[in-house]
Amino acid sequence: MNEVISLWVYEKKLQYPVRVNGPNPWLAKMILTQYGGPDGELAASLRYLTQRYTMPLPRAKALLTNIGTEELAHMEIIAALVYNLIKDASLEEIKRAGLDGYFTDHDRALYFVNASGAPWTAAYIQSKGDPITELYENMAAEEKARSTYEYLIQLSDDPDVTDILKFLREREIVHFQRFGEALELTYDYLERKKYFY
Amino acid sequence: MSRERLQLLKKIMALEFTCLDLNLYLDTHPEDYRALSDFNQCAQQLAQAKKEYESLYGPLLNYGQSPSPNAWRWVEDPWPWETIF
Repeated sequence: MNEVISLWVYEKKLQYPVRVNGPNPWLAKMILTQYGGPDGELAASLRYLTQRYTMPLPRAKALLTNIGTEELAHMEIIAALVYNLIKDASLEEIKRAGLDGYFTDHDRALYFVNASGAPWTAAYIQSKGDPITELYENMAAEEKARSTYEYLIQLSDDPDVTDILKFLREREIVHFQRFGEALELTYDYLERKKYFY
Repeated sequence: MSRERLQLLKKIMALEFTCLDLNLYLDTHPEDYRALSDFNQCAQQLAQAKKEYESLYGPLLNYGQSPSPNAWRWVEDPWPWETIF
């Protein structure tokens, strides 16, 4: 009998320190998209972790496991940000921020929605079986997440939050680079011709 | 959270981030022995800092990855999203 043991271990710490300058439900509403939006951290994590099973190259399996796990740590950073931005917000502030619809359904709890309130869906991600296709999907996903962080940085009116958004933006750039390397390695492994453009 | 505790936690965060980034790099460059040596050095420092932190403030990891010798301290606040940095 083959015993399958798969286990994630939780670490009681954040990857990057989270600090906010007081309640800001308006900014929380925008940042929520990186929790449950199309290019958010939940989508990223699940995309990579689920693609691993049919990935042929050992190095790519390792990379997907590690980046998929790091994305869970980013989900925790986003959750900590949103939690701290809305936990002490008054109802008046919540109404003014346009977060009253969210409040009606979730109070100040965390839920997987995008910036306009649409719930998370598996349609945000893909797993296609072809390792080359997967790695291109992942590179595009990292760029989409980077763009989202760019827009959030432009919108942010809290310098402490901006600092955290800049850290997360940088991680997208590093992941894009690593997936690009995994793509090159996978082409070689499969001995396929490369068509880059 | 006391200043000393926060300082040690931040040291662990910095070391672990260094290890993580080297880990990703090594996944696509396993033949880079300089990076491997950096990784192992960092992992050693991280293990040491975590051991010190856990002996003072309780377990960082669940499921038996960290000891909890005198009391069950896993249930203690603050959780990561409650920590004031």
